[in-house]
Amino acid sequence: MFPVCYFNNVCTFERNKFFMNSHILYRVFKFYVDGFRSMTVGKTLWMIIGIKLFIMFVVLKLFFFPDFLKSNFDNDSERSEYVIEQLTK
Amino acid sequence: MIENIDLSLVDWSRAQFALTAAYHWIFVPLTLGLSFMLAFMETIYVKTGNPEWKRITKFWMTLFGINFAIGVATGIILEFEFGANWSNYSWFVGDIFGAPLAIEGIFAFFMESTFIAMMFFGWNKLSRKTHLISTWLVAFGANLSALWILVANAWMQYPAGMHFNPDTARNEMTNFWDVLFSPMAIHKFLHTITSGFVLAAIFVIGVSAWFLLKKREQVFSRRSMSVAAVFGLLTSIFLVVTGDFSSRTIARYQPMKFAATEALHTGTSNAGWTVFGIPSQTEETSMKIEIPGLLSFMTYYDRDAYVTGINDILEGNAAQGVMSAAEKIKRGKEARQVLKDYKDAKKNNDEPAEKRLRAKFDDPVFQEEYFKYFGYGFLNNPQSLVPNVPLTFWSFRVMVGLGFYFVVLFVVVLWLVFKDRLGKRRWLLWLMLLSIPLPYLAGQAGWVVAEVGRQPWAIQDYLPTAAAVSQIDAGAVQITFWLFAAIFTTLLIAEISIMLRQIKQGPKEI
Repeated sequence: MFPVCYFNNVCTFERNKFFMNSHILYRVFKFYVDGFRSMTVGKTLWMIIGIKLFIMFVVLKLFFFPDFLKSNFDNDSERSEYVIEQLTK
Repeated sequence: MIENIDLSLVDWSRAQFALTAAYHWIFVPLTLGLSFMLAFMETIYVKTGNPEWKRITKFWMTLFGINFAIGVATGIILEFEFGANWSNYSWFVGDIFGAPLAIEGIFAFFMESTFIAMMFFGWNKLSRKTHLISTWLVAFGANLSALWILVANAWMQYPAGMHFNPDTARNEMTNFWDVLFSPMAIHKFLHTITSGFVLAAIFVIGVSAWFLLKKREQVFSRRSMSVAAVFGLLTSIFLVVTGDFSSRTIARYQPMKFAATEALHTGTSNAGWTVFGIPSQTEETSMKIEIPGLLSFMTYYDRDAYVTGINDILEGNAAQGVMSAAEKIKRGKEARQVLKDYKDAKKNNDEPAEKRLRAKFDDPVFQEEYFKYFGYGFLNNPQSLVPNVPLTFWSFRVMVGLGFYFVVLFVVVLWLVFKDRLGKRRWLLWLMLLSIPLPYLAGQAGWVVAEVGRQPWAIQDYLPTAAAVSQIDAGAVQITFWLFAAIFTTLLIAEISIMLRQIKQGPKEI
């Protein structure tokens, strides 16, 4: 409980929501930190996940898989025109 | 248009997608099934308070974690491929694919970041019941996550709940529930996730059998096997039932695929089910061993019912109400021509023609009589409608044969567990261990039936694969194919080696 004073100078003791919310966030944060620290095989797995995501999103997505329509046309109207052309030629 | 397409581009794009999907499906089914088995094991622990069940749950949870970690995000590459290799398809599909995939992403994100963390990190921090709820939510979350991607796939097999917009060349969703609850979606979802349940049950039985062969962890192994055998038997029976429903749905909505799975070239009443035979792409099956009338009965609950053959679909069969492929191609070409005329009218600012042609796309008669066959307009040869018959035929039989083998295996394991004779028949333990790869094989065979069997379509009747590809260099697709093959093989080797190490270590003492 924390003292809270209102504009009419009436002070009461109330639960401080900000503090409480911070406290919950801290507990969640600590839950994850403790969890990661206590991992054994999980550390290897996280390393694999990290490398895998880097390869997928940085190497493959950027260099090998650009979105064909997004990278060749500026807007949806041009993309539509192109696809209709493809579907009707 | 088809003549202008570089077939090597289509083939490599298809091969790449198949490779990615096949590898992705190595990781997914174990996650789907093992998550529920963890929930059952932990429920027993919470109900009984017996720490041995906690130990059992934690061991399988570690293997679940390894599989989940290695497999997570492998499906994202499929989405990369949609944008890069299948741009016409991705655009044509419009928001139909977007909505289920977005929901899948949200589900996956919340599940992965919240409940999986609670499940793995919360053993000593959460109450037993809260932890159990997290485990159940992981199981439901993982399977619901699979729902959306399977709904998207089912829509490609049976497009429903959409309307084509000729201004944008995209399909727009008109009824979400028609997409979600299409007969194809329901049966595909149930059959697919159940195959994951069966796979996980055999995985648990196989690994437990290894412990028994090594004369280690007797109690642990018997208890794990008892849960797996009960779960496996129930789900394998359900798998057979959902497979039967799926088959009948395919007979109705994808008759060519159905005819290919049976290598049935000439349609007939009182059609027999081929147990064995040598199927051909163009001729009737030779050296056939069949059960008379069974195919008609299984498909329509009527031994005298007519089952449509490949030739009926190609040449038409007025008596059975089957339109010929030539007529569908003609109608498809007309639908394409209307779209082309509309595009030209817009370009030439010919407002009356534009208005007249635009109205056709909202006309139910044009939709039903012509646009329904839009995809056929890309084809010139009716024979191109026939998928690879021998591959579809054999894949189906591998899947079905293994499905029935699993039912028998679960009955045997259950009998041995209850009679307490597991350790006495070592050859059966070996059989259980060697059965681990079989549900993976059955699952892959099932996807071959589903995807090879529906060729030449990317979207059934609306868009053939040859019209769905991006106009990119086939060489680039070839490079990424081999790149993926290397990456996924590395991931698979990593998974197997980490898993084997954990299995050899065995469950830890609590």
